[in-house]
Amino acid sequence: MTNYQSQNYIRISATTITPPAARNREAEMSKLIDVTRCIGCKACQAACMEWNNLRNPVGTFHGTLQNPMDLDPETWTLMRFTEWENDKGDLEWLIRKDGCMHCEDPGCLKACPAPGAIVQYENGIVDFISENCIGCGYCVKGCPFDIPRISQVDHKSYKCTLCSDRVAVNLEPACVKACPTGAILFGTKKNMTDWAGERIEDLKSRGFENAGLYDPPGVGGTHVMYVLHHANTPTIYAGLPENPTISPTVEFWKGLIKPAALIGVAAAAIAGFMHWVVAGPNEVQPEDEEAAERLIEAKAATTRPPPDTGGRPQRTEPVEPPV
Amino acid sequence: MTRPPGALTRNDTVTRINHWITALCFILLAISGLSMFHPFLYWMSGLFGSGQWARAAHPWIGIVLFISFSGLIIQFWRDNLWNRDDVAWMKAIDRVLANDEEDIPEVGRFNAGQKFVFWSMALLIPVLLITGLVMWEVYFGTATSIPTQRAALLIHSMAAIAAIIIWIVHVYAAIWVRGSMRAMTQGYVTPGWAWRHHRKWFRSLVATGSNGPRPNVTTRETRE
Ligand code: HEM
Repeated sequence: MTNYQSQNYIRISATTITPPAARNREAEMSKLIDVTRCIGCKACQAACMEWNNLRNPVGTFHGTLQNPMDLDPETWTLMRFTEWENDKGDLEWLIRKDGCMHCEDPGCLKACPAPGAIVQYENGIVDFISENCIGCGYCVKGCPFDIPRISQVDHKSYKCTLCSDRVAVNLEPACVKACPTGAILFGTKKNMTDWAGERIEDLKSRGFENAGLYDPPGVGGTHVMYVLHHANTPTIYAGLPENPTISPTVEFWKGLIKPAALIGVAAAAIAGFMHWVVAGPNEVQPEDEEAAERLIEAKAATTRPPPDTGGRPQRTEPVEPPV
Repeated sequence: MTRPPGALTRNDTVTRINHWITALCFILLAISGLSMFHPFLYWMSGLFGSGQWARAAHPWIGIVLFISFSGLIIQFWRDNLWNRDDVAWMKAIDRVLANDEEDIPEVGRFNAGQKFVFWSMALLIPVLLITGLVMWEVYFGTATSIPTQRAALLIHSMAAIAAIIIWIVHVYAAIWVRGSMRAMTQGYVTPGWAWRHHRKWFRSLVATGSNGPRPNVTTRETRE
């Protein structure tokens, strides 16, 4: 998206100051994707393309309903289809609408080195501000869900905006609007969680005893949540991570070592300066030049002259360094 | 350049050009890299035009640096081989720092500190190259797994900081030891400089009638 924003930032990438906080009163919003109600029609995928003006070129058919096969800079949401055999030996068709989860603790934002290229609004939406993006790909490494994709055309990173532009003017995201079965809902995080609770109760009463809500605490919860029939094994839904967290490698890289490194570099420079002040430059003294001269002369004296010039007598003792 | 008679060549022209290409690349890499390293330093990307430009230029400069530094390795590795005197020199580092070099072991073409800088860079620059290639989104963004890329980023940033700190030591030493800078700009030193700082090297040049940078006859002794 762009930064013609009307929403409050609560987090700004690569920024050490506190974002303006005076107006922070907004409720946290969330999208709820009820996988158990999804019929795989892809209306959400089409609506996403339409609203965001994304026109991925027509791809190739891979023998599955999934198309395209992966997210890309022009595919911000994707129905992932999985044929799964349950323990009774029955086939279950698991269809999960994949895309940005809008983490409460966003790994992409933490990893981003460009000020203001990734922001989080007070309503919880995590948005990429394209004009500030430098295309380094750090967000890809920061994300626990493998969502951002870098364009080879403009070297900017793209992903679902949760239709931040629509939400800003009180509209629901395009995918929510298009869904014909009510499998995608949008509202305050509290309302969505309550509604999911009712759904899960209903699912349990119908034999899905492992039904549950996917709102992973490892990333502080997400602003896109799933109702799953098998919430105990999220990975069967095309690799939805079981307990996503920001990678410890990323936490370490963006954590302690940044200030420690700056202090280390500054300390080296200061140490150099202090040495200059205390000990000062190391200058060649006239005595050094004289000593060097004596060695050169001693050597010249020992050098055997060419035979045809006759020459001086040769010294036999080894050259002693003059002191 | 007015080179006084009797001056010794410390670095010949090829070496000096090679060194300064390396130095320029290193500085540009440190600026563009640090701009991505910490928000405080992001303004440095402006020296490249924009953050996008700094990000795009950095890996290419890195490749030039690696090629250029390989040239320095070829020219310098022999004179940087470690020997027993280097340990004694390191133990007497307090004397060296106090500008009193009389009673410490005589030094060949490079002292232990210079050797340390050389070998550190010889290790860190290839590490930076390999991890840098892994992180290079434009060409290798999907060549390795994301966990591999995360590890590469961490190693790259730590290796870069180590290299920058060592580089600060290197530059300060060049400022501190008067005459060193000229040895890399105009290429020569006076016999007194060689006597004071690199006596073993000086003896090997005198003994073989060489004007530098290396003795005319290489033996085990003159090499050290
Ligand atoms: C030798 C070849 C090198 C290559 C191929 C390379 C490549 C890269 C790449 C691809 C990045 C990610 C951003 C981008 O795409 O521009 C990066 C970041 C960085 N590079 Fe290099 N680089 C090299 C050498 C160096 C050197 C010598 C230094 C230090 C003087 C350095 C310091 C940094 C720093 C500080 C970062 C930012 C790391 C962070 O954000 O934590 N690089 N490098």
